[in-house]
Amino acid sequence: MGLITPDPGLVFWMIVSFLIVFFILKKYAWKPVMSALSNREKAIENALRQADKVKLEMEKLQADNLKLMAEARVERDKILKEARLMKDQIIDEAKGVAQAEGKKLVDAARSSIQNEKKAAIKEIKDQVAILSIQIAEKLIKDKLAANANQGEYIDKLMNEIKLN
Amino acid sequence: MKLIYSRLSIWFVVIVAGVLLNTPHLLANEPKTAIAKTDSIEKKEAIKPGDIIFEHIGDSYYWHIVSFKDKEVSIPLLVIVYSQISGFNIFCSSKFHHGHSSYNGFEISEEGKYKGKIVETLADGSIAKPFDISITKNVLSLFISLALMLWMFLSTARRYKKHPNEAPKGMQSMLEPLIIFVRDDIAIPSLGKDRYEKFMPYLLTVFFFIWINNMMGLIPIFPGGANVTGNIAVTMVLALITFFITMFSSNKYFWVHIVNTPGVPWWLKLPVPLMPFIEFSSSIVIRPFVLMIRLFANITAGHINVLSFIMLIFIFGAMNPVIGYSFTPVSVAFVVFIYFIELLVAFIQAYVFTLLSALYFGMAKEQGHH
Repeated sequence: MGLITPDPGLVFWMIVSFLIVFFILKKYAWKPVMSALSNREKAIENALRQADKVKLEMEKLQADNLKLMAEARVERDKILKEARLMKDQIIDEAKGVAQAEGKKLVDAARSSIQNEKKAAIKEIKDQVAILSIQIAEKLIKDKLAANANQGEYIDKLMNEIKLN
Repeated sequence: MKLIYSRLSIWFVVIVAGVLLNTPHLLANEPKTAIAKTDSIEKKEAIKPGDIIFEHIGDSYYWHIVSFKDKEVSIPLLVIVYSQISGFNIFCSSKFHHGHSSYNGFEISEEGKYKGKIVETLADGSIAKPFDISITKNVLSLFISLALMLWMFLSTARRYKKHPNEAPKGMQSMLEPLIIFVRDDIAIPSLGKDRYEKFMPYLLTVFFFIWINNMMGLIPIFPGGANVTGNIAVTMVLALITFFITMFSSNKYFWVHIVNTPGVPWWLKLPVPLMPFIEFSSSIVIRPFVLMIRLFANITAGHINVLSFIMLIFIFGAMNPVIGYSFTPVSVAFVVFIYFIELLVAFIQAYVFTLLSALYFGMAKEQGHH
């Protein structure tokens, strides 16, 4: 049977050409292809791992950011509160000082008015006294024209003065 | 999806057209029908489907392309023979005038032990077969598919080198899944993750060699159509290479397992070495033999199937032309069906051969843990 008898010529060419092609492919095709495939697989794996790491880091950063923001908000609230307190305090203080100052001024004014009044009264008294004396002088001059009444009148006047 | 269908339909057309183009010469090729100028009764008797089919799946010194009426278009091939008398003879096979004349004492034997081969008539009139390494149809087809392989993989490798870490493109994206398939589904499961790398070049070469040659065999016209992987010489060489690699990578446990199989009663080993004999024949002799037969038989059977359905047209046609014509659509439908199965078989046989080779390498390297 020709079909199941290997033909020596074909066996020869098959061995020669197959082995040549095998060694060429082994050196120039399979080696670079296999290494390129495994390199690419490694690169993809690394890239994926890296991406996961970066994602985790981003999440952490975001959480940190949120925390920082919350802290900042608390801080801001605290500062605002303090400022408000300080403002109230300053206003209160200023009010107190102003009141005290005003009171002092009013007191000073009052005492000076008192003094002025006293001085004015004193002056009026002096004037009155002078006028009274002058009047009295004139009266006395009149009255004392009649000697009889002189003594009596002086007494009366003296009494009146004492009452004042 | 639409693209796949349109591509499939192109394949349909190519296959059917190829089959139809090739059919006329099935009749014309038969020398007796072509030459005989006798009446029609003799012509009908001249159709020998068996011979025609065997001629197609066998080797030839011509690459027949098409016959139309009496004209034959074929590529003459190079004959290289070494004769004891005249040494090396290299000439074109067209010198034989399609087997009708002899050249330098050489001729193509028409019958007997050397039918279809080149024989030499010696001085004493006896016939001898010279050492024949002619570039026959199968050898040329082998060269074409090997050249195709070289071009495919060297250009792919170049792209891998030039554009590392990039998505595959063009032919690379067709070959890469197959390369990864061989690596991840054949080599690693049968050889283990730490040992597979050493065997990858052979497994890849043998996988693509078988697959590409199977596919080339399915193309009905030149440069396809030769029955390379369905030739026992080719499958024998492949099986022998697998066998030698298995032997060279075998370790102590492999041989201990054969000579002194563990877990078997002693009386199966002594005094009659029954178990070693069974183990030896099953794991050393039968394995490569089966590899050789399986590929050869599957691919040859596929070709015979297709040719048989085509021959049916001519068998019926010889009875009555009307029956012949009316049977043609049925035959073509069957041929197309078989062709689709053959496309599948082409891949499956490449897979099976590669997988079994990988398994045998894995067994030869197995450590003694069982």
